Amino acid sequence: MRRSRLISRRKAIITGLTSLGALMLPGCTKPLPPTYGNILRMGDNLTYVAHRTLLPGQSLAKEYSHSDISSFPATGTVNPSEYSEEYAKHLSSSFEDWRLPIEGLVARPGSYSLSDLQNLTKRTQITRHTCEEGWTAIAEWTGVPLGTLLQHAGILPTATYVVFHTYDEWLACFDLNDSFHPQTIIAYGMNGKSIPIQHGAPVRLRVERQVGYRSVKYLKKIVVSDKFEDSNIETGWAWYNGI
Amino acid sequence: MPHPGEPKPHHSLWVRISHWIITFTFFSLVFTGIEILMVHPRLYWGEVGNDLTPALIELPISRNYRHGGYSKSVAFFDSDKSIVSANRTYDIFNQNGWGRSLHFLSAWILVITGGIYLLMGVFTGHFRRRILPTLRELLPQSIIKDLISHWRSRPVASSEYNLLQRISYMIVIFFLFPCIAISGLTMSPAITAAFPFLLDASGGLQSARTSHFLLSLALESFLIVHFIMVILSGFKQQLRGMIIGK
Repeated sequence: MRRSRLISRRKAIITGLTSLGALMLPGCTKPLPPTYGNILRMGDNLTYVAHRTLLPGQSLAKEYSHSDISSFPATGTVNPSEYSEEYAKHLSSSFEDWRLPIEGLVARPGSYSLSDLQNLTKRTQITRHTCEEGWTAIAEWTGVPLGTLLQHAGILPTATYVVFHTYDEWLACFDLNDSFHPQTIIAYGMNGKSIPIQHGAPVRLRVERQVGYRSVKYLKKIVVSDKFEDSNIETGWAWYNGI
Repeated sequence: MPHPGEPKPHHSLWVRISHWIITFTFFSLVFTGIEILMVHPRLYWGEVGNDLTPALIELPISRNYRHGGYSKSVAFFDSDKSIVSANRTYDIFNQNGWGRSLHFLSAWILVITGGIYLLMGVFTGHFRRRILPTLRELLPQSIIKDLISHWRSRPVASSEYNLLQRISYMIVIFFLFPCIAISGLTMSPAITAAFPFLLDASGGLQSARTSHFLLSLALESFLIVHFIMVILSGFKQQLRGMIIGK
């Protein structure tokens, strides 16, 4: 190859790859979950950084029409009473005294009853549940956008994660991009009725740009935090699962 | 550098390196792909498919095959034909925690290597000189001639590929690998939120999943034929050629 050429093919390729690398750099300044030296979790973080860097921030997942609503199996926990006496009590009183606390890095910590949630701005969406196992189902979900709730509670600028505690003893946390996504809702309605027990009563999370298990059921508490807290990494599952 | 058109006497270094990276990541993708399919060995067409809807194909490849472990179904709406829900009572086989993450990690390495391979193939003239057949070669009579010579004589190890070889490499490089990557990306809810046309192009998530499986069968068939041809044309010589380039 002649040296005198201003731009050689090799140089062009190397420059192209270097710029792609540089494009990925801004992603590295965001907080990343721990990988505990596990190469698979490092791969998950690579996917997370790539999605956050290369994909548009708040594009909406596909929404369907009413006639697309499908049968929907209930998997995982279908009644958390076996884990939680508290849940069993709420279930027997039809969630009359149930409240959802929001604490941590918020200016106005407090708790919300089912009717408090229903009185906030509501959003209804018909979306596809994509299970990591390989199956899909479409349902209509009604709830309050998590972003609305976080603003109502006065989320502080130091917050980096929103952590969900559930009655089946699970911790799931999300970055602020997912937390403020318009389709990320605290759902209390499914297919026009209250959410059935096996699908997460009284309220569950819907995170439509990640796979199904990230939309945790049976919400007990929300903690706004600057620390990463999630049960999945310890049990050998990806924390970010938009793929 | 050899004169354009003159065949190179060996596989160049970048071809050898990308060949083996793609080989190892492909094996890893097949292995984890089987594991992932074993978790839900049912295939569908369209957007929706689950244990409560009919399947296109059911594969008897794990204990999850027709496990039938569901409670009595409950209707969502007050009509005879209402869609339903049921609780799963069966403890399914599921190793997707590592299976999926290893699948995606391998896919990352394959896609990056494949991307570099495509760029190098275009810019070094490798595709033009050694892979792509000329239009005249694609005439039926020259294909028939090549088929007959395949039937009559044993294949020989050469870095200059024959016509059928170039056509099959072309299908693998420019059709099967791009399609399997795109159908894989179509299963990602984050990707399709950004690029919804992917779902329309494939006919839905389950169509993309089924296509991904069928495309993998095509690539595995290629691998088997490729391996047979390597053995028939001199395994040792071919392996040496792809490792040290001589």
